[in-house]
Amino acid sequence: MKSSAKFGALLLAVLATACSQKEEAGTADSAGSADAAAFQKQLLKQLIQAQPGDVIEIPEGRYTLNRSLSLNVDGVTIRGAGMDKTILSFKDQIQGAEGLLVNASDFTIEDLAIEDTIGDALKVNEGKNIIIRDIRVEWTNGPATENGAYGIYPVQTENTLVEGTVAIGASDAGIYVGQSRNVIVRNNRAEFNVAGIEIENTIGADVYDNVATNNTGGILVFNMPNLPQPGHSTRVYNNKVFKNNYENFGHEGTPVAAVPAGSGVVINSNDFVEIFNNEISDNDTANVIVSSYFAAGYYSDKSTQENFDPYPEGIYIYDNTFTGGGKSPDDLELKALKIAKFGLTGSLPDVLWDGAVDQAKMVDGKLPENLKLCIQNEGVGIINVDLQGGYKNITTDISKHSCSLKKLPQVVLDFDNKQEKPQEEQHAINEVTDA
Amino acid sequence: MRKLAVSRWFGGAVLALLLTGCDAPREQVTVHERSAVPDNLSQWHVVEAIDGKLSLNARVVPYDLNTALFTDYAHKLRTVWMPEGSSARYGEADFDYPVGTIISKTFYYPLGENGTVVRTDDYSGDFAGSGLDLSKVKLIETRLLVKRIDGWQALPYVWNDAQTDAVLEIAGDAKRLQLVNANGSAEAFTYVVPDSNQCAGCHADNHAQKAVRPIGPRARHLNKVFDYRDSGVQDGAQNQLLFWQQVGYLTGMPDLADVPRNVAYEDTSASLEERARSYLDINCGHCHNPSGPADTSGLMLYVAERDRRKLGVCKPPVAAGTGSGDRLFAIVPGSPDDSILNFRVESTDPGAMMPELGRSLAHEEGAELLKEWVASLPGNCS
Repeated sequence: MKSSAKFGALLLAVLATACSQKEEAGTADSAGSADAAAFQKQLLKQLIQAQPGDVIEIPEGRYTLNRSLSLNVDGVTIRGAGMDKTILSFKDQIQGAEGLLVNASDFTIEDLAIEDTIGDALKVNEGKNIIIRDIRVEWTNGPATENGAYGIYPVQTENTLVEGTVAIGASDAGIYVGQSRNVIVRNNRAEFNVAGIEIENTIGADVYDNVATNNTGGILVFNMPNLPQPGHSTRVYNNKVFKNNYENFGHEGTPVAAVPAGSGVVINSNDFVEIFNNEISDNDTANVIVSSYFAAGYYSDKSTQENFDPYPEGIYIYDNTFTGGGKSPDDLELKALKIAKFGLTGSLPDVLWDGAVDQAKMVDGKLPENLKLCIQNEGVGIINVDLQGGYKNITTDISKHSCSLKKLPQVVLDFDNKQEKPQEEQHAINEVTDA
Repeated sequence: MRKLAVSRWFGGAVLALLLTGCDAPREQVTVHERSAVPDNLSQWHVVEAIDGKLSLNARVVPYDLNTALFTDYAHKLRTVWMPEGSSARYGEADFDYPVGTIISKTFYYPLGENGTVVRTDDYSGDFAGSGLDLSKVKLIETRLLVKRIDGWQALPYVWNDAQTDAVLEIAGDAKRLQLVNANGSAEAFTYVVPDSNQCAGCHADNHAQKAVRPIGPRARHLNKVFDYRDSGVQDGAQNQLLFWQQVGYLTGMPDLADVPRNVAYEDTSASLEERARSYLDINCGHCHNPSGPADTSGLMLYVAERDRRKLGVCKPPVAAGTGSGDRLFAIVPGSPDDSILNFRVESTDPGAMMPELGRSLAHEEGAELLKEWVASLPGNCS
């Protein structure tokens, strides 16, 4: 009841000048700036005054906002009429580093679009039980360095579901999960971002059934130094990761700016990562890159906390379908290497590894089994560029990687069995819409 | 003697009000319930526009900070009021303020010609006895922080054009202003009044707990001499903490010599390091601390941080995005032009600038100080 009352008030505020509700939907944009201002004020007030359990519904329409929105109350749902129907446009934004900034638990946002924010589109900074579903974040001018950094950006969250979303044009990552725990990212589409989907310093993430294409790098699993939580245990499976060949338009100095165009799945400095059952194709540098923090070129004793582990360890690649890829690496040295080793028309193998291993962890000259890079993938090749050895012993010996690792457990979210909207709730929505 | 002087001050404030020609004595400060906050600032009776002055009520104590947050060159009149018979308990990090405490901060500018406002660090022209002279200043907003049993409540009031009262605007506001610089040139900018949630963006310096807390009125910021004459106090200048003690607003304070003190950032008798750290502390430390909203960045700018890398020296960015300014490290010692920190405080792009809220303009003096400081740091990042 509360939600329908709020909904009514919102409609009234937004559409005060129109004459019939049926015509009203979707006309907010043409109704003029006074209505846009009224809508913004009303929405800000709803977010500020929200009570746990509230559902803030935003009807169909394109709404122009010039300042960022924020929510600090637990247990709130923000719901639009669909990612192509309810559009929050921040094209004229004069204030705020985000479109919507959330610091709350038990938060759901679904069925709307956030466009053209000056900074990040949706940031959730600390919170538990976060559902980000069927939303679209987009910079409508296409990929550009001036675009906001992150599309969907939960950071320091626990139990997080990102599903059914679309992220386009982010100058850093379209979907970025940072410093979080227990995460599922599924059924999303990431396109024309520097990084399509990025999991960083996160413990326990399942990334599946996503499409990542036309990004600089498709799916990234990274660990960055100087943060309270090192990440590990990510599974990347059943994804389609193809043609991530878009030129890198990230800001220099940001970690993703070091990602070469044409990167499919990239693991950097992260441990215990599984890549399986994916279709990975036509990524021009390599379909899979496994590298250490050294490869990013930022590492120095001065820039990195003492206990930071820059080595990717316990990486398991199996049962993927690789096609194409490696034909035109976005790096002069790699290009030269490709031509020298595989000829003008040849291509780098599917897995590009910088070969860096932690000498301190060697036992009898060998890395312990559980820390190895294991590959069980028919027909796949690898190239180890021997970063630590100054690129002197570049090898393509796959036999050293013929091993298997203990498989990681599935990520389970307690609220996930409710992912289908229950019948009752559907009725409630219809009632409100008809009111 | 001092006690007497203080009571004279309180008496003086009341007297001043009685002399202004009000028919009835001024109403006392009123603490409205959390669920029933009034639409008008005047209903709190803390600061009110009365007879051409923004007038402080009896027992409303003005205060100042060693180094204050920059807000688009706005001047700020800060006050604290506590219910009769109650006082704040000293704590080195935070004071424990009594329930019912009302802290006010009024943002205003000295008036220029033709509706412009003036950029100046000189406050002396603003005052008229016990309050601000409304013929000389333009009031923008007054923010209240009210201490409830369950924590602080943040309430933004925006002044009307007639400057007669301010109205509660929890959704904030934006005002176009023309700022006249010392050389006479005018610069247009949008002064943005934050919404209530954005208040928490700075004031909840423990992000997980989300509890709003006062940032300025803490020991290290308050530990300075204040000239009470401008506010109608008879006995002139005194250390604020001692004054609070004397009027009964503060208990449990150690010897003043043991109270921490940030320096005034413009005080060139202090070291460059102290000045820069004080500036970073008040402008950045509320987010950039180990439990603040910016702990995601790993960059710690609160005053107690001693680890150079956490402070930014040779620290690569994590999620700075546009804010990296195409630079590799937060601070490159000796090279402010290569340092992200300098880029972000100099920027006015909302997607890149720091702090994220509270300014549309860059603070030239602050930016210059940080430039000098970074330039002075020894070492390199290679």
